[in-house]
Amino acid sequence: MKIAVLVKQVPGAESPLPILADQKWVDESAVAYVMNESDNYALEEALHIKEVNGDGEVVVASLGPSRIQKVIREALAKGADRAIHIEMETPGAIDPLATASHFAQALKDENFDLIFSGLQSDDVGMGQTGVILGEMMGMATASLAMATEVGDGKIKVKRELEAGWFQWVSLTLPASITIQSGLNTPRYPSLKGIMGAKRKEIKVIEPSDNDSMQSLEKIYVPQSDKQTVMIEGSVDQMVEKLIDAFRNDIKVL
Amino acid sequence: MDILIILEDNNGKIHRMGLESIAAAQKMADSLGFSMGAVVLGSNADVLAEEASEYNIGEVIKINDSLLGSYSADGYAEAVKQIIEQEAPTYVLFGHSYQVRDYAPKVSAKMMKPLLVDNVAVNMDGEKVVFTKQMFNAKLFSDVTPSGEGPCLVSFQSAAFSSEAAETGSATIRDASVNLDASMIKTESEDPFQEEAGGVDLSSAELIVSIGRGIGKEENIPLAQSLAAALGAELASSRPVVDAGWLPSAHQVGSSGQSVSPKMYLALGMSGAIQHVVGMKGSKNIVAINKDPEAPIFEISDYGVVGDIIEIIPKLTDALKGV
Repeated sequence: MKIAVLVKQVPGAESPLPILADQKWVDESAVAYVMNESDNYALEEALHIKEVNGDGEVVVASLGPSRIQKVIREALAKGADRAIHIEMETPGAIDPLATASHFAQALKDENFDLIFSGLQSDDVGMGQTGVILGEMMGMATASLAMATEVGDGKIKVKRELEAGWFQWVSLTLPASITIQSGLNTPRYPSLKGIMGAKRKEIKVIEPSDNDSMQSLEKIYVPQSDKQTVMIEGSVDQMVEKLIDAFRNDIKVL
Repeated sequence: MDILIILEDNNGKIHRMGLESIAAAQKMADSLGFSMGAVVLGSNADVLAEEASEYNIGEVIKINDSLLGSYSADGYAEAVKQIIEQEAPTYVLFGHSYQVRDYAPKVSAKMMKPLLVDNVAVNMDGEKVVFTKQMFNAKLFSDVTPSGEGPCLVSFQSAAFSSEAAETGSATIRDASVNLDASMIKTESEDPFQEEAGGVDLSSAELIVSIGRGIGKEENIPLAQSLAAALGAELASSRPVVDAGWLPSAHQVGSSGQSVSPKMYLALGMSGAIQHVVGMKGSKNIVAINKDPEAPIFEISDYGVVGDIIEIIPKLTDALKGV
């Protein structure tokens, strides 16, 4: 079983996000980056399938500038066997068709049985790359996987539907699956894994040219149309004011 | 036609997000002088067409095909691609439902046409159409424009438009056909099922205390339980709390959990990620406590407290017990 996992480096939940003066992107020098949350679950699922099968290969594929080698190393330290790094600058790069085309170019000669990716990125949140890539590579696709079972040349995926409903879907390999957060417990890298990661291969490739089909005009801080009453003071004062609001304004006491 | 709306089946009725995309299409059509049409497909196409014909959407295109009887990503993507090619619209509108997330990217890939997803607004600036989308977990907004010739595929976030704003009228119904082959469908689907539905019905709760990642650790869950008990509220949470195994999934509010509209929603240590917000923004009063003054949850809150929930919750519980 040969599995590719698409891993993206994104700003962490607590990271500052200062907007550049031209409003075309955030100031990346101020951003604290982490591995995209659902990609971490996708990686864990791939590593687990490899371990259960007893053989195979897990290859991390990532697109971005040199800084993303931090999350590539992290994935290798967790147990991925090698990595493919499509090296390019990405400020304002939001078009999933262009992104997926880069990955399709980079992965086309690898003959993967499975491509896993996180459901969506925590930065631009387009939520399409894994499905588009699968379609471009002629693979079966399924999104929002909450469980997987591999065997007999197939993968069975428990897909999340809306409002607490699920559905099992069976796909003939090769297949591209987008993984929902929460389907497993992602591991932490071991010390041995961290040491071993330094010797693993990261193949750096140049992207081909792809036209962007959608572009970012500007980013900005949302203006709230709601008047929020901010309750301030010491903890005791805040509690007192909250009780007062519960009783007299919201009338729930 | 200029705008084609793809309506989704929700057990024999038009999915609420489909009605919302009708409202979006009407806004765009008004402003741009565009014509509209809507597509229904699948085993309930006949009843959906009747329902759709009661809206002011020009015409309803009905596709009956045995291979569309139950949903498959391959079948739906191919059918929608073919109908887009037949009708040659400039814009194709969808609700950003889980089904659309599953197959619309395939349509985009088949046609090499852009899919602008999860938009919260559309604005027309003369001929120029700008779509607004949340990015960075709703901390920032972005204005996005498609490039090149249409068609451009667009999905709107749940509740970006009100389904009640969809103008009624009278639309004609027309049959259309697509060419599908069983070999195109690479997946086999079993029947949908529900998991652990029992126990917690948040949808009818008047008061909800809801916890997010900021609760920090499993050991702090009883603090929130005590507060909910003192207030006579149901306990809910965002997805990360369920993913961590701190509460069963029946407590989850958001796009993959329950939708709620209580009299008061007390959001504790929640960032306000959009996947959660879509499930609770209908609450009559939202009170948020979060240590991060920049947390997006404050944007939609009626009352906000910047502070440490671990410190505030026990004191609030004690104060409520004294009420």
